[in-house]
Amino acid sequence: MSITIYVPCDSSAISLGADRVAVAITKEAEKRSIDIQLIRNGSRGMFWLEPLVEVVTDEGRLAYGPVQVSDVVSLFDANFIKGGSHPLFLGLTEELEYLKKQQRLTFARIGKTDPVSLEDYVNNDGYRGLRNALNLPQTDIVKAVTDSGLRGRGGAAFPTGIKWNTVLNTPSEQKYIICNADEGDSGTFSDRMVMEGDPFVLIEGMTIAGLAVDATQGYIYLRVEYPHAHKALDTAIEKAYEAGYLGNDILGSGKVFHLEVRLGAGAYICGEETSLMESLEGKRGLVRFKPPLPAISGLFGKPTVVNNVISLASVPIILDKGGDYYRDFGMGRSRGTLPLQLAGNIKHTGLVELAFGLTLRELLYDFGGGSASGRPIKAVQVGGPLGAYLPESQFDTPLDYEAFAAIWAVLGHGGVVAFDDTVDMAEMARYSMEFCAIESCGKCTPCRIGSTRGYEVMDEIIAGRELGKNIPLLRDLCNTLLNGSLCALGGMTPYPVLSALNHFPEDFGIDDKANAA
Amino acid sequence: MTDSSSMQATIQEIITTLKNKPGALLPILHGVQNALGYVPAESVPTIAKALNLSRAEVHGVISFYHYFRDNKPGKHTIHLCRAESCQSMGGKQLENHVKTRLGIDFHETTADGKFTLEPVYCLGNCACSPAMQIDEEIYGRVTANSFDSAINETEELA
Repeated sequence: MSITIYVPCDSSAISLGADRVAVAITKEAEKRSIDIQLIRNGSRGMFWLEPLVEVVTDEGRLAYGPVQVSDVVSLFDANFIKGGSHPLFLGLTEELEYLKKQQRLTFARIGKTDPVSLEDYVNNDGYRGLRNALNLPQTDIVKAVTDSGLRGRGGAAFPTGIKWNTVLNTPSEQKYIICNADEGDSGTFSDRMVMEGDPFVLIEGMTIAGLAVDATQGYIYLRVEYPHAHKALDTAIEKAYEAGYLGNDILGSGKVFHLEVRLGAGAYICGEETSLMESLEGKRGLVRFKPPLPAISGLFGKPTVVNNVISLASVPIILDKGGDYYRDFGMGRSRGTLPLQLAGNIKHTGLVELAFGLTLRELLYDFGGGSASGRPIKAVQVGGPLGAYLPESQFDTPLDYEAFAAIWAVLGHGGVVAFDDTVDMAEMARYSMEFCAIESCGKCTPCRIGSTRGYEVMDEIIAGRELGKNIPLLRDLCNTLLNGSLCALGGMTPYPVLSALNHFPEDFGIDDKANAA
Repeated sequence: MTDSSSMQATIQEIITTLKNKPGALLPILHGVQNALGYVPAESVPTIAKALNLSRAEVHGVISFYHYFRDNKPGKHTIHLCRAESCQSMGGKQLENHVKTRLGIDFHETTADGKFTLEPVYCLGNCACSPAMQIDEEIYGRVTANSFDSAINETEELA
């Protein structure tokens, strides 16, 4: 009987050699005349174990990792296809602590299935949400999403149901659904993992959104840095069309929804929703003034839902199991789960999907196992390049939108980047200003000019020149950016800069914290 | 056919296929850069005319986006990540090594025309920092040594 072996096709696994391992396993099996079926699955999100090879046995799926090409012969020698013992043997995949402790709703299928197999998708609860949605009036679909408490996972945390309701109630002959897949924040990769590891869930979520608000055209605005996600999405979209899940008559309902992937071109600002729409219209990605809201006048001036990948990918389970089911996870006003991404200087980097409420410390140490370098973790940036740096004294903050806002930080898209004690926080503050200068769209003055003045002042501070004058100048500049910028790029660059200054004044050449504030 | 007329034919073909899409400019620019490796200045008037835009508007879009380039890149393009996660894992030291090894700075091409070096702000491989991309191939936990072997392998393939 044929043996089923899984080797992930996720970019991160590939970056560690998964493609070569897959080839080596196939060749070695041929050489030994062993009949195998090799499936490229998504990643389970335990990147210190990638490439993670799984074998299907009577006991369940057994894991071996991290597997390199040089391990393949010895794995076969150890009869790994029957679960034989080997130094890389990890046991049952589902029993691995890191995975077992999680609450995977949005990521329920990722790592288990062949991402581009529609059959796998449907056999694992796929398209149940859409089938339910097809039998519901539009207001009930929107109500389910509103009841779930789902808030925009891109970072702004705006209630998804309210956004949909506005689009539903704005009459127009054409409306659009846009998926913001311009995941540019450093430390984030959950969108990429969904698109590479379970593209159908995003397609289903967008289709449901289209039904809910009467939009017949969807666009996935994908960053060009994600070629593997692009291929997976294009393949899945083609299959969804063939099987009648997309097109002019979705599952015989007479409902219409078309979907297309559009590529960005390396501009971070195009993750801002109005800049993204300009880009989709074929223009420079200049940020628009709001109002009007995109929900009223968005793409090509039409009512448009713009949601992040994770928000849309969370919709199918909400429509399948109900808004209440999703809402029962979480704390306070942060309902459901958040796929957190542990990155940077961390021993066990990966994807951790959990209900809101875990503390940052639990995430960093219980899941992450501390720093990769073995040195103390000095600072953690949460929420991407526009997120605050948190010192050790704030590690007990629960991962919840409001708890983070209360300490002048943001949870954002759930990216967590750890730095050990070798980091110079003044250099990181300078980098934040430089990044803002490189990526500014140039429309508003505080961001366009302030960012350049920002890294110039930081150069003075790093050189130790006139701190008594330059530190207040930096604060003043941050104040202007914070209050005078058109969008979050200029408006939030002060978060990393000022949090670095406030929590780590010694790196700026200031001795005591009182003087820094 | 001369090089320049075959280039124009390629550009024309891409425009014809894509120009009726809503917001066609970015798809066309991607098409041209995919086919030619860059968006040559000669393509601007043709694209502008087809989309009923001014040349300035087309140029404005090309120059706005970091990914589009108006000059020919080397045979292989290396995108090295400069973002925070990679910095936390020695990205800056790797950057110094890469620049020394290739003898070029960001946005430059080696004298033999083999490699162009570009910065990138996140490849979404932050769990395996530092990261880079050579053409479409992605690499994680890159060290000075693994960079050198990746470069050697890429050269051999060429």
